[in-house]
Formats: sequence, C-alpha cells, structure tokens
Amino acid sequence: MANTSTTKNGVAAGTAAWSAMSALAPALGWLIPGAGHLVQKRYVRGLLLMVSIVAMFVIGLLLQGHVYQPNGGDILDILGFVGDVGAGGLYILAQVMNWGQGAISHATADYGTKYLIVAGLLNFISMADAYHIAIGKKP
Amino acid sequence: MTLSHFSAAVLFAVFASVVFGITQRSTSREQVRYGLYCFAMFVGGVFVAGWVMWLLRR
Repeated sequence: MANTSTTKNGVAAGTAAWSAMSALAPALGWLIPGAGHLVQKRYVRGLLLMVSIVAMFVIGLLLQGHVYQPNGGDILDILGFVGDVGAGGLYILAQVMNWGQGAISHATADYGTKYLIVAGLLNFISMADAYHIAIGKKP
Repeated sequence: MTLSHFSAAVLFAVFASVVFGITQRSTSREQVRYGLYCFAMFVGGVFVAGWVMWLLRR
C-alpha cells in the first residue's frame, strides 16, 4: 500500500485510517442518504443520491404511503420494515413525527408505500457503494 | 398529493435509475449511460406491462 506507514507499535497508520472510513462512510450513509459519499469528497454522486433517495421518501409520505413498524408480526410487514429502515434518519424522523400511520384510502397510496420501501432499499445499495469507495474497490 | 399511475412509475424510474447508475458503474460516462439504460428499461417495462394487461383484458 502506498499510503501505509508503520508506527512505533507496528500498527499500520494507513490501514487504521482505511478501517475508520470503511465503518464511518456506510454508517453515515445510512443515517443521512448520500452522506457516505459526501464525507469521501464524492460531492456530485453524494448530492444526486441524497436528492433521489430523500425525494423518493418524501413523495412516498405525500402519497400517504404506510411506514412499517418494527413489531409488525406478519412476515410481509417485517419485510416492509426491513426496507423502510434502510432510509435511516428519514425512517427515524417519520417514526418520531408519527408520519405514514394512516389507513391507505386510495390506489396511489399503495405506490407511496412502495416508494418508501424502495427508498430504503436504494439507500442500502448507496451504503454498500460508499463502503466500496472507502476500501478502494471503486474510484 | 396524487399522481397518475404513469407519472408515479416515471418518477420511480428516474430516482431508481440515478441510484443504479451511480452505484453500479465506476466512471462518470459509464454511470450516465447505465442510468439512461435503466431508465429506458423501467419506462419500456411500463409500456410492455400496459400492453400485456390490455391484451389480457380483451
């Protein structure tokens, strides 16, 4: 590794920095969509990811989509929760503000539910991409 | 807020294509090309599914 230097106790300093970013970027990316890229100076990619995922989540809420709870019970509710929770901070905010808890009253509200789930799933992909950038697998 | 089925599908295609393009390819040029490819596939799929449903309904 070109940027690795050995410290007094034999720990590679470059490896330590690499490990910290490889944990920080996905975690930050989960909490704030796109932030995992922004923190690694991929500003355009980070902003595009942020706008896409946040817009998708917000449109899902505006369409009166359903936000799944952690204790759904039904297997489909659990899968819905897994998708929703991928949106990280947005999901936490929706839970705190009690958004997305109304009954689905029209056909496009079901689209809203799908928008919310897919926003979370896309954020999982975004987190994986931030991790790949952090470990140097992707430029 | 209400959206038609088509506009909901197109918006979905836009956002998903942006994320797929950025995350699945490395260079900027490849990202744009793959994003456009995904968008075309999503919207093309909507039209194909629409015609299939029309045929089934006949």
